[in-house]
Amino acid sequence: MGQIELQKVTKRFGETEVIPPLDLKIGEGEFVVFVGPSGCGKSTLLRLIAGLEDISSGKILIDGQDATNLGPAKRGLAMVFQSYALYPHMSVRKNIAFPLKMAGMDQAAIDAKVEGAAKVLNLASYLDRRPGQLSGGQRQRVAIGRAIVREPAAFLFDEPLSNLDAALRVNMRLEITELHQNLKTTMVYVTHDQVEAMTMADKIVVLQAGRIEQVGTPLELYRAPRNTFVAGFIGSPKMNLLTGAPAQAKGATTIGIRPEHLDVSKESGDWQGKVLVAEHLGSDTFLHVATDYGQMTVRVSGEMSVGHGDSIWMTPDQTHLHRFGADGLRIA
Amino acid sequence: MATKASRTAARIMMAPAVILLLGWMLVPLIMTLWFSFRNYLPLRGGDLGFAGFDNYVRFVTSSAFWPAVMATMIIVVGTLVITVVLGVLLALLLDQPMWGQGIVRILVIAPFFVMPTVSGLVWKNMFLDSVNGLFAHIARFIGATPVEWMIEAPFFSIILIVSWQWLPFATLILLTAIQSLDSEQLEAAEIDGAPKIKRFWYIIVPHLGRAITVVILIQTIFLLSIFAEIYVTTAGAFGSKTLTYLIFQRVLESQNVGLGSAGGVYAIILANIVAIFLMRIVGKNLDS
Repeated sequence: MGQIELQKVTKRFGETEVIPPLDLKIGEGEFVVFVGPSGCGKSTLLRLIAGLEDISSGKILIDGQDATNLGPAKRGLAMVFQSYALYPHMSVRKNIAFPLKMAGMDQAAIDAKVEGAAKVLNLASYLDRRPGQLSGGQRQRVAIGRAIVREPAAFLFDEPLSNLDAALRVNMRLEITELHQNLKTTMVYVTHDQVEAMTMADKIVVLQAGRIEQVGTPLELYRAPRNTFVAGFIGSPKMNLLTGAPAQAKGATTIGIRPEHLDVSKESGDWQGKVLVAEHLGSDTFLHVATDYGQMTVRVSGEMSVGHGDSIWMTPDQTHLHRFGADGLRIA
Repeated sequence: MATKASRTAARIMMAPAVILLLGWMLVPLIMTLWFSFRNYLPLRGGDLGFAGFDNYVRFVTSSAFWPAVMATMIIVVGTLVITVVLGVLLALLLDQPMWGQGIVRILVIAPFFVMPTVSGLVWKNMFLDSVNGLFAHIARFIGATPVEWMIEAPFFSIILIVSWQWLPFATLILLTAIQSLDSEQLEAAEIDGAPKIKRFWYIIVPHLGRAITVVILIQTIFLLSIFAEIYVTTAGAFGSKTLTYLIFQRVLESQNVGLGSAGGVYAIILANIVAIFLMRIVGKNLDS
């Protein structure tokens, strides 16, 4: 249960092609994250899988069955929305029970399931409240509760954490990851936040303009980005991409080096630069450095004392240097 | 904006409007109260002194009183049911994306701009007339006998006319309410397995609850005092005499200002009872 396969799926809104032909396989029990900048079509893709939008051409298979023309309810998927989409006039209990009631389940079974879900999600004491009386995190849990009682083949999450504050987001991230480990159900998760993608995913799908740029585990993407877009998108702070003389020296059009793979010295090194801003995080310090090849970001230990205007030397770690050709693709 | 000086200034600025409004309401109210205790017959001797509670007793013991209350209720409730039900359906329809949406929406509002007297006459003469009315033509076309609408179904006719006038108001308020519904809620319900009709019952109707109570509240207040539609159609005949119409007859047709004023006071009390009752419901609905 929980395999989703997209075959040559396209989506057009009028004349504009939002998703060019796209193939993707989501395996059983996988936690797949669609990530990309806003407007890249990741939410549209999720809505196509959910059945909320019709695909323009192609095929969607769920557990090997053709689901292309099935309505959203028949696909056996559950979705958690960005706005949570809770029913404001119903209590938490009724919200969670809604899909079961629609399925015509008898009241005793519904009660048992709702209680079960509430226990898993720590909602037991809020069951008789209205969504309006809950905090953002609690609403999020109710939305998840409404999804899990259906025992769907797969969960679809549409940027579920973007309305929460930073601290809560980290908590909910953990809770969702734990939920996935407990339920072992396929999850498809859309986000524009690459940190969420890196921390939660079994498999990341990086999208740009409706096109899949790369599919892989978080570390594959981190270690071997297929092109400059993925290189710049995955990793925080962003990878430094240099063109010009230093790239030609390595036989590439563009070279990429992550801030954490640069050695910094005050005396000597490959590239010289001037510190513009030093961001002290305690354990680490990020230096924004002006060089002859553009602005670069470097991570140094929090112990190192550097400040604005200091002149430093940077040496890239050769084993972590990424080389890209004129077409932006990685040179192996 | 909260210094002492600015607050005083604000009060002085508002004073003319407040005084004007108070005068506007209080003077007629006090005059009505005053006349209701007088034996005032303009064409039969003028003001003949205090009548005590005679006018009040006479007004309610008149054989026309309870039928008038009933008639008022039938017309108000009938119109409310029709405007709310059709209003919800029309609002749903107008919410659909369609060609010429702007023009259609303006056309839907149009009846609201027609004066009550005019719409009453238009309906009476062009639609409901048993000889030349459109309905009569249709009836004859299908071989039926034209209905004497004003005589055979006076309530239905009046409710029809008033509903036609107030439907745009209900539709407009309900339409804005529907447009404020988060589409993700409907999508969530769709994924949760609710077919269209259930989405309507479980999501759209509760969402409209608040707007519906507002429509009911405002319309009730205005519908309790409809007059022109009755005056130009049945003129109170065939049992279609409402409380407002009864008061009009007492004052102008019977030339008994005292009796009419007592009826006016009853109408004020009735309207307030309804208002308090409705405010409670609205209050409850607005809480969530």
